[in-house]
Amino acid sequence: MRTPLRLGLLALAALGAVAVSVRVGAVPLGFGEIMEAIAGRGDAGAVTIVRDLRLPRALQAALVGAALAVSGATFQALLRNPLAEPFILGVSGGAAVGAVFTVVLGWALIGPWIMPLAAFAGAILAIVLVLQVAASVGRSLDTHVLLLAGVVIGAFFNACILLALTFADIESFRSAIFWMMGSLSGAGWQGTGVLALYLLPGFLIILGLARPLNLMALGEDTAAYLGASVERIKWTAYGTASLLAAAAVAVSGVIGFVGLIVPHVIRLLWGSDYRFLLPASALVGAVFLVLADTLARTAARPTEIPVGVVTAFVGVPFFLWLLRRGRTV
Amino acid sequence: MRDEGRGARGEGIAVRDAPAWTCDRVRFRYPGTSDDVLSDIDIAVPAGACTAVIGPNGSGKSTLLRLLLGLAAPNVGEVRFAGTRAGDWDREAMAREVGVVPQGEEGAFPLTVREMVAMGRYPYLGRWRAEGRDDRRAIAAAMRRCDVSGLSRRPVSTLSGGERQRARLARALAQEPGTLALDEPTVALDIRHEMAIFELLRTLADAGTTVLLVTHNLNLAARYADRLVLLDGGRVAAAGTAGEVLTRERIEDVYGWPVRVVPFDDARGTVPQIVPLGGEACQEMSSGHPIARSAALSNTNDDNDP
Repeated sequence: MRTPLRLGLLALAALGAVAVSVRVGAVPLGFGEIMEAIAGRGDAGAVTIVRDLRLPRALQAALVGAALAVSGATFQALLRNPLAEPFILGVSGGAAVGAVFTVVLGWALIGPWIMPLAAFAGAILAIVLVLQVAASVGRSLDTHVLLLAGVVIGAFFNACILLALTFADIESFRSAIFWMMGSLSGAGWQGTGVLALYLLPGFLIILGLARPLNLMALGEDTAAYLGASVERIKWTAYGTASLLAAAAVAVSGVIGFVGLIVPHVIRLLWGSDYRFLLPASALVGAVFLVLADTLARTAARPTEIPVGVVTAFVGVPFFLWLLRRGRTV
Repeated sequence: MRDEGRGARGEGIAVRDAPAWTCDRVRFRYPGTSDDVLSDIDIAVPAGACTAVIGPNGSGKSTLLRLLLGLAAPNVGEVRFAGTRAGDWDREAMAREVGVVPQGEEGAFPLTVREMVAMGRYPYLGRWRAEGRDDRRAIAAAMRRCDVSGLSRRPVSTLSGGERQRARLARALAQEPGTLALDEPTVALDIRHEMAIFELLRTLADAGTTVLLVTHNLNLAARYADRLVLLDGGRVAAAGTAGEVLTRERIEDVYGWPVRVVPFDDARGTVPQIVPLGGEACQEMSSGHPIARSAALSNTNDDNDP
């Protein structure tokens, strides 16, 4: 009964975060000015800032935050491991290989879309490799094998990145490092639109797995005894959660911490029922990353702080405080 | 009304007197190993009765349970539940027929007792349907039955061992199954909680539920189960009533420890009870050496076993 109300409030919070994000920046804008700019009236500079820069960026931050949080929550249930996060199957390593090689080989000049595309291709490669390895060992998809395969293949990709960077010139080196730190500065309407269309089915698939994921958190045998088709759920959930993470990392680089911490915050505040936890994670993930990105671009103007640094600096103390409050449910 | 679902997928309704489970010359080994964990298992688990699977550590009890529940497939032979191969059962359909209390289950995240028991309704609700009146009634009835109604908002992680086990049993009962399977349900429980669970299982069996449990408690198995299956090294060493299975020679041979068998007058009749011997009778035996063992056995002929 209270669940829809809570989700409604969280959705309002997400809208509020986007509004704040559009308001603040090098040119502060009032809400009236923003509304006018969205409608296409008023000062031409303000229209450009709102419509072409801040709004798509805030929306992309919201989408990426939601994707990372939902992906992390899914992995935590599947692996029954509170330390699981969206990149645990080597997705970030694969994406980084794609991105770094485009930079180092000078392909980035071809077009602004080439880097996300290469990163996405790398992420998909990583997912396929990890699932292939895990599926070839034993008859069913073994969680432990999957974890190990993810770690090992991630390590291999890291070695590839270091090798590429060894031969990179200083400029490529710098942009590769910045990509890996994660940033939403490249956000535009086209990319954000494609991202939204891509993420939506993924969100729906995972939301449909909420109850089975509740069972999976009790262990695979227990889930099967309670009527869950464990193998099918594992393939669907691993695949979809990895694809969400792949898209997020492709458009914004490696933004850590969101996918790890957001589901825990929901759990500590409102319990572990995935029927609530998944949508709530999406909304809180959106709020968190939108605000973190706002801080990242405004706190040390004109320098932009990597958003991953902000998510950790803000997230760690908050999470520790929440842990110390010591709720058990 | 519950019988509608019995018999999977158009196999027709199983006759009440037909066995719940049958194993036909079952052989099983884990992939990548060369030793059979189970071999030549030929048993029938009767419907509407309580069957206890007993045997030493590593005799294959839990593996047998996994096969019966369709989580592992035999390498040779066939395991059938209600006439259909256990591996062919749709998991949701089987969960409406069989409630399982697994051993050593540990949830990854905090849950309340009510949330955990409600998971027993999954095979009826599937992914989307909300809890209806029937579901709430089944959950409440199961919680009352296992005496956990007062704990409904408590996190499972804060429960004592006995309470936690009762909550798990409540979840299995919320499935409204015609059959219950339990893997060492009373391990680490004190006598009061252990007896409460055995009493409840007996009540359920008397009301027509098929109960299958794996246990190390030979004496309670003798008193509460209608039938015992004794496993030894992956084979059935004996199967039948407590009087038939629990003889001194057989228990000493299977468990490798001298025992005395004494009769005990239970409300349901006289059953054998196993008293393991200590002191001189077991001195040499406790070294575990097979030669010492036979020597120790010859010293314990002072009891009057049939």
